[in-house]
Amino acid sequence: MSAPSNPVLSVECLGKSFGKLRAVQDLSFQVSAGEIVGLLGPNGAGKTTTISMVLGVLAPDEGRIFIDGTDLARDRSTALAHTNFAAVYAPLPGNLTVEQNLKVFGLLYGVERLGERIERLLDRYDLTRYRKTKAGLLSSGEQTRLALAKAMLNKPRLLLLDEPTASIDPSAAREIRAGVSVLVDQGRCGVLWTSHNMVEVEAVCDRVLFLSHGRIVLEGDPKTLPGEHGVGTLDDLFVSVAQEALKPEPAR
Amino acid sequence: MNFSRVAAVLLRIVYLYRGSPQRVFPLFMWVAVDILLWGFLTRYLNSVSGAGVNFVPTLLGAVLLWDFLTRVMQGVTMAFFEDVWSRNFLNFFATPLRTSEYLAALILASIGTSLISLILMIVFAGAAFGLSFLSYGLALAPFLMTLFLTGIAFGVAATALVLRLGPASEWLVWPIPMIVSPFAGVFYPVAVLPVWMQAIAAILPPSYVFEGMRAVVAGEPAPWGRLAIGGGLALIYLGLASLAFAAVYRVAIRSGLIARYSAETVS
Repeated sequence: MSAPSNPVLSVECLGKSFGKLRAVQDLSFQVSAGEIVGLLGPNGAGKTTTISMVLGVLAPDEGRIFIDGTDLARDRSTALAHTNFAAVYAPLPGNLTVEQNLKVFGLLYGVERLGERIERLLDRYDLTRYRKTKAGLLSSGEQTRLALAKAMLNKPRLLLLDEPTASIDPSAAREIRAGVSVLVDQGRCGVLWTSHNMVEVEAVCDRVLFLSHGRIVLEGDPKTLPGEHGVGTLDDLFVSVAQEALKPEPAR
Repeated sequence: MNFSRVAAVLLRIVYLYRGSPQRVFPLFMWVAVDILLWGFLTRYLNSVSGAGVNFVPTLLGAVLLWDFLTRVMQGVTMAFFEDVWSRNFLNFFATPLRTSEYLAALILASIGTSLISLILMIVFAGAAFGLSFLSYGLALAPFLMTLFLTGIAFGVAATALVLRLGPASEWLVWPIPMIVSPFAGVFYPVAVLPVWMQAIAAILPPSYVFEGMRAVVAGEPAPWGRLAIGGGLALIYLGLASLAFAAVYRVAIRSGLIARYSAETVS
């Protein structure tokens, strides 16, 4: 597969170990503007480790990360100003209201005309009626919508979504997928999307990377990849990759 | 330093105080209790000691100054603990926020909360027990500044400790002022301490403050040279504490601690 043009994320030979465990090894990939890339793999494959490194909260042992052309290790603040994320394991502070959270994070990202931006996002994510509600009192689906509103605050060039629809109903999930797709179709933003919902991945992602033992073992179009590997669906392909992952890692 | 990002962290702290009387209450309550307790003790000592000795400026004044240092330290640590308790590190440090900006916001928060406590203490101690702190005028400023810098240094060092050892190590932080006070000569001259304790006192900035205050209360000239040593030490400790925080943060970034900070994940 040819390298995407105009990459908003470029990961080069990334490696990370925790003691003897090689969580990520020799990982290289790119995400271009206008593209949604699915990062798939069984639990422990290295997805969250990779996302943590791209977010600058985990230092790689090897390799480099460029966000919109900026080396994350050299100029973290500039690189992260163009990035944002939503993850189920990182809820926004529950003791601030929806509006307060958006104001605080808007200032952190240096968002211009913040008031207007917040109003637009409250409306887009159907959060206007909860603006004075503390985030900790929201349902998990509402919290997900708030996390997504926060993720859109700075109109990021790179958006990292770690299971963004895991705790919301199918109708809301569909709206969120559509919203992200519209954003990406405008060609300004690239998305790295992790999910265990293969139907969703097939519907949303332009390209998928299957991770196992911290390495990319498969890469391609989610619509054609199952056929290329002799299975019927992406779900079947995931299961076969996951079963491979359960086998001991070959000695190198 | 990006002031918008400093303001963001500070705004979060302001929101927390604004929406929670439970957080505002301790700013007033504990200092009021301390002033009451020590105020009546000094009044009693004045009545039984005779010889015209006035314990109000020496004992109550010392309590007020020591409470100020404690409040400054807690101003930093409480603001930090809010992020520990709400597991907010991943959200904050995955933004362009720098550690220097984060620390600056914690220090600004501490200035706000400790000033509120200080004003209350001065007003209350003056109205109820006749402690006239303001009569010292601007001469008081270097003493307060040295205690302020020391409190900030203690606070930053304490946050580094908790970041490194995990939220369960919070209990190590609260007694820090209590542990330091016997060495700092808060209520008695350093000269009454054994030699090994005097050696420790010599490296503690508050000991220079309290020795100096006792001299001023006794009508002697303020020992500005000694106070300058205390202020210098406080600055050095603040620099060292900031370096310690930055070093611990780098370790946390290498180990992944920031991404999964909780009592269960820190070992």
